[in-house]
Amino acid sequence: MSNMTNKLENAGGDLTARALREAFYAGLISLGLFFLFVGLKSDQNILNELILVQRWGLLAVFVIVAAVGRFFVVAYLQPLNARRKASKDAAATTETREGYIKRNFTVIAGVLLILYPILAVALFGVQGSLKWVDNFGIQILIYVMLAWGLNIVVGLAGLLDLGYVAFYAVGAYSYALLSSHFGLSFWLLLPIAGLLAACWGVVLGFPVLRLRGDYLAIVTLAFGEIIRLVLINWTEVTKGTFGVSGIAKASVFGIWSFDISAPNNFAKYFDLPMSSAYYKIFLFYLILALAALTAYVTIRLRRMPIGRAWEALREDEIACRSLGINTVTTKLTAFATGAMFGGFAGSFFAVRQGFVSPESFVFLESAVILAIVVLGGMGSLTGIAIAAVVMIGGTEILRELTFLKSIFGPDFTPELYRMLIFGLAMVVVMVWKPRGFVGSREPTAFLNERKAVSGSFTKEGHG
Amino acid sequence: MASATTTTAATTMTKDVILKVEHLSMRFGGLMAINDFSFEAYRGEITALIGPNGAGKTTVFNCITGFYKPTMGMITMRQKSGKEYLLERLPDFEITKQAKVARTFQNIRLFSGLTVLENLLVAQHNNLMRASGYTILGLLGFPAYKQASKESIELAKHWLERASLIDRADDPAGDLPYGAQRRLEIARAMCTGPELLCLDEPAAGLNPRESLALNDLLQGVRKDTGASILLIEHDMSVVMEISDHVVVLEYGQKISDGNPEFVKNDPKVIAAYLGVEDDEVEDVIAEVEGEEGGLK
Ligand SMILES: Nc1ncnc2c1ncn2[C@@H]1O[C@H](COP(=O)(O)OP(=O)(O)OP(=O)(O)O)[C@@H](O)[C@H]1O
Ligand SMILES: [Mg+2]
Repeated sequence: MSNMTNKLENAGGDLTARALREAFYAGLISLGLFFLFVGLKSDQNILNELILVQRWGLLAVFVIVAAVGRFFVVAYLQPLNARRKASKDAAATTETREGYIKRNFTVIAGVLLILYPILAVALFGVQGSLKWVDNFGIQILIYVMLAWGLNIVVGLAGLLDLGYVAFYAVGAYSYALLSSHFGLSFWLLLPIAGLLAACWGVVLGFPVLRLRGDYLAIVTLAFGEIIRLVLINWTEVTKGTFGVSGIAKASVFGIWSFDISAPNNFAKYFDLPMSSAYYKIFLFYLILALAALTAYVTIRLRRMPIGRAWEALREDEIACRSLGINTVTTKLTAFATGAMFGGFAGSFFAVRQGFVSPESFVFLESAVILAIVVLGGMGSLTGIAIAAVVMIGGTEILRELTFLKSIFGPDFTPELYRMLIFGLAMVVVMVWKPRGFVGSREPTAFLNERKAVSGSFTKEGHG
Repeated sequence: MASATTTTAATTMTKDVILKVEHLSMRFGGLMAINDFSFEAYRGEITALIGPNGAGKTTVFNCITGFYKPTMGMITMRQKSGKEYLLERLPDFEITKQAKVARTFQNIRLFSGLTVLENLLVAQHNNLMRASGYTILGLLGFPAYKQASKESIELAKHWLERASLIDRADDPAGDLPYGAQRRLEIARAMCTGPELLCLDEPAAGLNPRESLALNDLLQGVRKDTGASILLIEHDMSVVMEISDHVVVLEYGQKISDGNPEFVKNDPKVIAAYLGVEDDEVEDVIAEVEGEEGGLK
């Protein structure tokens, strides 16, 4: 180890020279790349004439970022990684004890999440907490729940589903329509929405059972689009692109309501000043409970024969059949269970927005949810939660980065770069951790000791 | 050939048939992989199916275990209880679940990302599903499932010990050495509780020591569980040592059928198979065919 560092230090001069050289090349390449994309911009002037706007400053920023970035990667990051890898290889033989935080991750995360709205209120006041609870907390938790639901289909059963958002839509519209037509309460409609979505999961499951891999992916994608198009075109029921608005709010089990006019209004009952923050905090705990339910059921199911059959199906379908496992029902239950959680999340979405329209259920949503599952490490609940926080939280933070305006000028809106950064982050993570944040798999049963299964042995499934 | 048939006929009277294959044919496009193939396997015996490469042995297995639907023919499985199943009519998973026929694969098919123990638990899927009330009762924490789950681990432990894999129980199956993977696949098949175990070249690629361990495992399986074994094997020494009954297949047709001693001395088998290097097989086949023509 010390040898290694010595060698690295001796090579220090060399390294800086190499880093500078590579930084120069990177700058050159980015100059070539961005010259036309960034340096010049076609625009219209007041007379509606096409003119070229020159943005040399912005171009310079791009080039400098590329050059400096490359310099840091070559000069610091690469040696650091090499060193870390060397020490890891050395330590690989000796069993490393996991740190306290790692061992109790779930408990710590749970406690932090429960305290989160309280902390937000304490730090930013009732009104100021709104942004943190709603934009960050609820938004991220919805995606955590969706990704956990999709994880059952993709991560455990190994069936690539590109149309997951369809079940989210079924759940949302089930709640929106049934509550506005029949005035049923959220607590009754939540299981109904889940059941309806599960039924649609089976409906989707049947035709795609015989398909594998790419074909399965394409058909599920088409299914997602069909649902969306039905929502757009079946105007008598769904009101088409206008969407369904004025969806009833959820109540605390019917005891306290969040309707301003209701006699049992939460704020009135407790003599609190009127604010929408209470409802958001309630929604936060609601989605937290729903996500926790998803996690709990997933963990339990993995230890049951059906969960093991899902994972076995991902590993080798033919071997499954040779062991007497009915792969048809096994796949259908995976689709149905995943879809059910999508339906729960969907009805929560409707309650939170108070408005649903087909706009919210585009393919991009499916892609984002799938990306979170893949980035997190297929099958790992912890990894997926981390991925959701990084990807959704990261893109939400972009909205907060107003200081960027002072660098890139007042026209710069960081949100517009959301997808660009999302994609970039995905590439980076996949290069850095090809198996996702948590690549290893927890065994569901053990005789002597629970040893995580390295990602190099697990398969992704073939559809 | 005629004498072989009489031996079979004689033994049928005394022995209990577990699997009866009649006039089995399997066609792939223009290729007749199996052509009017009939044989019987007896309860409690180790029956070997041998033959040169491409003779159609794996295809016979795939027909028996439902992975291929035969073009023609009938496959009857008779259980100890006397219940009979027509295997060519059952879907593949029902053949294991109901007819109690388990199999292994020529190119090992383990769940490599699951641990050794989990592989054996997956094999007990149907029992555990029933015990867990098709998941629902198990999810609610009914004690019946807990008991069944404990028993399933005991059964897995039993087979791990038999296959001398108990030390590796918590390792991923994909991490085992080749010989151990072969034994695990057999242990996994046994965990489904079969009456007939079909093994596709279990000794392929094993070193002599592993081969010996495999023989012990198979003899033990037969003695203790009463399961009958049908195995495909290339290695004649293994076949001669452990099997009670040998069926020889060549170009999809049966060329000999009888006890090992009889088959070993059958001139057709000798010509087609025994004592000939792999690369010489073709020459010998040509020669034999010439001779046969002369004889006729
Ligand atoms: N699914 C299939 N489609 C087309 N042809 C097939 C198929 N399966 C097997 N065959 C052909 O059937 C013939 C018999 O193959 P089979 O695998 O049964 O031979 P085998 O006796 O098991 O040989 P080996 O000793 O090499 O395992 C071969 O010519 C093979 O190419
Ligand atoms: Mg074969």
